[in-house]
Amino acid sequence: MDRVSATPGAVETIERLREKHGAIVLHQSGGCCDGSAAMCLRESELPPGPNDLTLGSIADVPFLIDAEQYERWGRPDFEIDVAPGGAESFSLEGPEGVHFISRAPSAPNDEDRQR
Amino acid sequence: MATMEKQKAFQAPGEAGSPVELRDRYDNFIGGGWVAPTEGRYRENLTPATGQPFSTVADSTPADVELALDAAHDARVAWGATSPTERAAVLNAMADAVEENLQMLAIAESWENGKPVRETLAADIPLVVDHLRYFAGAVRSEEGRISEVDAQTYAYHFHEPLGVVGQIIPFNFPLLMAAWKIAPALAAGNCTVIKPASPTPWSILKLAEVVGDVVPPGVLNVVNGPGAEIGRALASSKRIAKVAFTGETVTGRLIMQYAAQNIIPSTTELGGKSPNVFFEDVMAADDDFLDKAIEGFVLYAFNKGEVCTAPSRALIHESIYDVFMERVLERVRAIKQGNPLDPETMMGPQVSAAQLEKIEGYVKIGIDEGAEVLTGGHRPDVGEDLAGGYYFEPTVLKGTNDMRVFQEEIFGPVVSVTTFKDEAEALSIANDTLYGLGAGVWTRDGSRAFRMGRGIEAGRVWTNCYHQYPAHAAFGGYKISGVGRENHRMMLDHYSQTKCMLVSYDPKPMGFF
Repeated sequence: MDRVSATPGAVETIERLREKHGAIVLHQSGGCCDGSAAMCLRESELPPGPNDLTLGSIADVPFLIDAEQYERWGRPDFEIDVAPGGAESFSLEGPEGVHFISRAPSAPNDEDRQR
Repeated sequence: MATMEKQKAFQAPGEAGSPVELRDRYDNFIGGGWVAPTEGRYRENLTPATGQPFSTVADSTPADVELALDAAHDARVAWGATSPTERAAVLNAMADAVEENLQMLAIAESWENGKPVRETLAADIPLVVDHLRYFAGAVRSEEGRISEVDAQTYAYHFHEPLGVVGQIIPFNFPLLMAAWKIAPALAAGNCTVIKPASPTPWSILKLAEVVGDVVPPGVLNVVNGPGAEIGRALASSKRIAKVAFTGETVTGRLIMQYAAQNIIPSTTELGGKSPNVFFEDVMAADDDFLDKAIEGFVLYAFNKGEVCTAPSRALIHESIYDVFMERVLERVRAIKQGNPLDPETMMGPQVSAAQLEKIEGYVKIGIDEGAEVLTGGHRPDVGEDLAGGYYFEPTVLKGTNDMRVFQEEIFGPVVSVTTFKDEAEALSIANDTLYGLGAGVWTRDGSRAFRMGRGIEAGRVWTNCYHQYPAHAAFGGYKISGVGRENHRMMLDHYSQTKCMLVSYDPKPMGFF
């Protein structure tokens, strides 16, 4: 069961960023300001660390989260969406005037959880 | 209803009667002057009060960062050679210039960030002034140390500047956080290149207008543009000797990794989920202290909750929960929201649509995981004029510390409340978090306050107060809240390197060869 899903808009943005920048990764952030969003970075700049978990992938781009953070957050599933307004961080979609959002997925996965 | 006594809202920047002059476009501040971005691109800058653009600001590229680094390197040797007296004079002149323009900068800061002008007039800008003066004083009192190794051998220790530093500023206190970083860097003899946060690129340019004449060209440079391009270009540059960052954890990691790759120091401040602990004795009397404690709870809404140290987890002793919360909720419901330029407004809009969406998302997550909404939880009706703004009600959730809304930084006006049964449990809940930036302890029992203060794993424990940021009180994180301390003279060490001159006064050779 993939713990990470994405809206068609997010998939399209991720594919476009990969075309432009080469190998990329999504790191779920935390903390102040833009924390709580997924940061899209070149894989060569922030490769998976020893304490990162790969939760899944979107269009073959790995989605990573710090393992302790994942536990603290209660092992949630993530749905990645994209919205207008440039990301405020170093995330690669910023210059395109959009930002990724990490949401709690809606209905289908909730049913999975109840099972 | 408005009354005769009601103080009128300030005019928005650029409107007739506003003390804030507004241009259509703002360039980068490089080498003491205004330099257009190399590719000639500008980006609309919005006010969160209405969601409408009010000016345009340079949308720079890495080439512009290089221009700023050129200017900083040109100024580096001369500025680094100035005496502490001269540097202190420059910082004091900057402080005077800011003070003379206090109202103008307070309005600019409020309009761009959305924070209420009553806060910028009374806190943000006066603290900028004081911070500059503090580091002017601190650097005057710096001393090297001399170690007497033996009667004829002495180690002289000098503080020397690092050179050119890169500083990345967050959006929540655009001017104050800039001052926290600029003042120690300049005091220690460094030149700086500043990258403001993307939602708040402008107020610091108004600051540059005000201090531009008193800072030598190239010592202070500001470049605006997207973090992914120019933030990265600056932080990863081989031409900086140190990088400072305030923001979220993944970018914090990235910054520290760039620093590792270039073998330079970094300081980072990455947020918190600060506990605010209220013991039963706060309600032992209905007096000023209780009133202060109630305000201490409601301070989660200060700067609409966009504060790294926001007291976003309130821990209340179970015996006073009902009565204390009744008083608190009454105070929360009295918060006036609206135009940030109205001096009566207590809470303005969130800084951006993205932040607003995120906050709403967290309230939903909280409800889904069983938290109870005690008040707020929605976008308020703030009237037609402000309908496009990013307003959210001050919100109180009740739940337990294992919920996401107790573990993740929401960075909005949302506090999560829970109860504890005794001091041990209070301490355990307070420390049950990834973060360790701030904390609050409220009790009339001095011994308990001390025990809790020492027991809480956080860099700042406010005791019977909260959200005070005086200069000369160190500020920084434990755990994943970051590395380094700001707001104190120890910051001069973060912006200096130590030169040891080891001198022998012995005329005789060592005798090895």
